[in-house]
Amino acid sequence: MSEYVVRFLVGGAVVSAFAMLGDVLRPKSFAGLFGAAPSVALATLGIAIYQHGESYAAVQTHSMMAGAIALGIYSLVVCQLLIRARMRALPATLLSIVVWLAAAFGLWAAAGGQT
Amino acid sequence: MSAPIEISPSSLREGRWHEYAVRFALGGAATVLAGLVSSWYGASIGGLFLALPAIFCASATLIEKHEIRRMREAGLDGKRRGQQAAALDAAGAALGALGMLAFAGVFWLLVERSVAGAFASASLAWLAVSVAAWFVRRKARSCRSSPAAERAGPR
Repeated sequence: MSEYVVRFLVGGAVVSAFAMLGDVLRPKSFAGLFGAAPSVALATLGIAIYQHGESYAAVQTHSMMAGAIALGIYSLVVCQLLIRARMRALPATLLSIVVWLAAAFGLWAAAGGQT
Repeated sequence: MSAPIEISPSSLREGRWHEYAVRFALGGAATVLAGLVSSWYGASIGGLFLALPAIFCASATLIEKHEIRRMREAGLDGKRRGQQAAALDAAGAALGALGMLAFAGVFWLLVERSVAGAFASASLAWLAVSVAAWFVRRKARSCRSSPAAERAGPR
């Protein structure tokens, strides 16, 4: 239980730090780079190495590459929904999570992913 | 192309305390979720969730809200400008995803040789690839259109 409390606090702090960095930067497109910062990975990988070793973290980051490509697809879809479909930010970003899940798991399976 | 990147600390004053609390909670929840998925389904599936765009929902919504608030204070509707500001953030995140891909690739290659080296090199790779991608896109856009185009849009 305490492990998940530590994860929550470390993850919240790292994500908030990157988000605040993005808040103070202009133009908006440059600040957006920080919306795709590996903040959850930075908070998670240290704990993963401490608990399970380096090879476990290597497996995680190998899969993370599929997740990162899916994030790029997700961001482009969100951009199109906001500009072309004129959706508001909250529904556009939440709906597009389905695209992220499909792309991430599709790429993972195509790369021969194994549990 | 002079000083394309600016730092505006006053932007932090636009945020409300509960908005920062929501981002903290979402970031914490995404990190816990990544840990839970790894323990339930293994490191390989859990690794996908290291790139989950959970926090992006909160960031884009806040950017839209702040832009609308700013435009309404100026007596304008601001809904369209809010959407455009959030879309610019999403375009930046698409470029940032290239940096995240570089982070994951470099970390994967180095972690079994040196943990500290993997963290340092992967973070540098993320920053270098993201910033380089942004400058390449900016250069390509300035070749295609007026250099005033982005300055005229939401900042």
